[in-house]
Amino acid sequence: MADNSQRNDSVFEAAAHRARVRRNWLLSTPALIILVLAASGPLLVMLAYSFLQAGDYGGVEYRFSTEGWFQVFLARDIFDDTVSVADAHLSIFWRSARLSFLTTVTALALGFPTAYFIATRPRSSRNLWLFLVTVPFWTNLLIRTFAIMEVIKNQGIVNTLLMSAGVISEPIQMLYTDFAIMLGMTYVYLPLMILPVYASMEKLDFRLVEAGYDLYATRIKVLWRVIIPLVKPGIVAGCILVFIPSLGAYVTPRVLGGGRNLMIGNLIELQFGQGSNWPLGAALSIFLLLVVMVALLLYVRNSQKANNIVRH
Amino acid sequence: MSDSVSVAIHGVSKVFGHDRNAVTALDDVSLDIREGEFFTLLGPSGCGKTTLLRLIAGFEHPTRGHIDLHGEEISHLPPYRRPVNTVFQSYALFPHMTVAENIGFGLEMQGKSKEETTSTVGEMLRLVQMEDLADRRTDQISGGQQQRVALARALAPRPRVLLLDEPLSALDYKLRKGMQIELKRLQNETGITFIFVTHDQEEALTMSDRLAVMSQGKVLQVGAPREIYAHPAVRFVADFIGDTNFLDAELLEIERDRTELKLPSGKPVSARGAARSVDGKVHIAVRPEQTTLTRDADAAHLEGHIDNVVYSGTDTHYHITLPGGESFVVRTQNRGDSGDEWQAGQTAGIVIEPGAVQILAD
Repeated sequence: MADNSQRNDSVFEAAAHRARVRRNWLLSTPALIILVLAASGPLLVMLAYSFLQAGDYGGVEYRFSTEGWFQVFLARDIFDDTVSVADAHLSIFWRSARLSFLTTVTALALGFPTAYFIATRPRSSRNLWLFLVTVPFWTNLLIRTFAIMEVIKNQGIVNTLLMSAGVISEPIQMLYTDFAIMLGMTYVYLPLMILPVYASMEKLDFRLVEAGYDLYATRIKVLWRVIIPLVKPGIVAGCILVFIPSLGAYVTPRVLGGGRNLMIGNLIELQFGQGSNWPLGAALSIFLLLVVMVALLLYVRNSQKANNIVRH
Repeated sequence: MSDSVSVAIHGVSKVFGHDRNAVTALDDVSLDIREGEFFTLLGPSGCGKTTLLRLIAGFEHPTRGHIDLHGEEISHLPPYRRPVNTVFQSYALFPHMTVAENIGFGLEMQGKSKEETTSTVGEMLRLVQMEDLADRRTDQISGGQQQRVALARALAPRPRVLLLDEPLSALDYKLRKGMQIELKRLQNETGITFIFVTHDQEEALTMSDRLAVMSQGKVLQVGAPREIYAHPAVRFVADFIGDTNFLDAELLEIERDRTELKLPSGKPVSARGAARSVDGKVHIAVRPEQTTLTRDADAAHLEGHIDNVVYSGTDTHYHITLPGGESFVVRTQNRGDSGDEWQAGQTAGIVIEPGAVQILAD
């Protein structure tokens, strides 16, 4: 009797579960349509373009060619057709990777203490602090980037102050350097680090921190052994959210790098604009996408392995 | 158990907040906790017992007064410099570590060698009977097992004092009974001073060598369980621990160690200790199980009308109204031959056993 009613319960539960799954799929239809039309569709177009021949004045000709992909890494001499490694491209890749990495590290170094500060405020004032973090999003990115330019240019605020204080006699060249690009990107993407780290930190049980202190761990030890491992998901999410857009950044290196210090984003733009080499631009875009995807996959596999070690 | 003092609390007050928002959690508390004893802080929630525990652990610092450990002041040391460990109410096990890693954490932080840590962790796992689960994650074990891990983790660094913040409150009745015995065993085996916080009076009476009853930031009475139960000093203690009848009485005669009183019924009764009173009236407390019913009007101290008879297996409770309107409960143990001798609606005499009258200070 009891067995029977239990079986009935599980049958009803399974039916209810199926209904829930159906409804959830229905609710996600608008999102799926947008994803297909606005993300996957254009990506497929780009993938197709990267295997076509460049048109003379931009655009593509509908003939299969691997020239676009060839040019991502290699350069052909215009006079004697000898093939060499595309140094210009490689140095741009390297700069992109290096600056994105530095930006991520700097954003983490600034964002982690900020998130900790907000998470340890009384609940009532946390929302105000979070609100302040999002204030920069209210202004156009371009305008904020020009504002940074005003701060660091040779006649800008920093140099003027340092010179009038007598610390330096000549302005320091900050604008149009890699430093300027990194500073700009850190400024723009910092909230993307603070918010996920805060989200993890807010869920942190601070009694665990007390337990750490109780068991003879100093502040530094508690930070490394208790807090950081527990907010790691937030740190990883923040790093991904900062690193990926940094890698593809376009406006910031364009304005603050002054067109001399190109990053991948600028290189791609160049191919679709002045360069009139759409297949190369498309190949570069897909290449960037692949690099990011492979990196993410490696990370996911790694973290699963780490979990399994603890789980057995 | 030696008589040397382990933790000495000297006039400690703790005020949270400032000015108008200030809340006094502890008000001039002084206590001596002896080495190797099982000491309990008992009181209702908000009485300041957990605050006192956190002050000893070092998570809070006293507003006034100081705390000494074996004669050395520790009030202003951070928690990681105190040879004191805590078993938290929520256990606070590190979710990113295995059972063994949790237990070894304190030893590792103390800078113990790998070999020593491993061997102590093994010893602790045996002590709490958790050897088989050493490599489990803490979310893969039951509540009772988490409790054992929390205990082992706090005992592993061999603290001078172990603080336990209502560690049994999350367990079900049967598990709690088992853990009470387990805790006493661990305390005997390790010889460490245990300071245990609870709001459960039965738990406090069963487990403690001595206990302090607290209310509204003050310590009302300190003593052995028997002493506290039999001789509550104030109304709150008498009321909080066990069931009690409260009566008003008049002073007849005060001697050095005994006091003669007149009950509301006019009958005389004597109580232990010398009473103090300004108007010749005192409040007294009488435990229900130290009274019996009688038909003999001469032997009865009080007389009343039975409102209700409640049978509860081992005991029977008689709810009685006295002529002055006070309610009084008599509890008798049921024996094989005891029938339903008394029924609601009857008038009965109440006999108070010798030594059962306790004079309250308030």
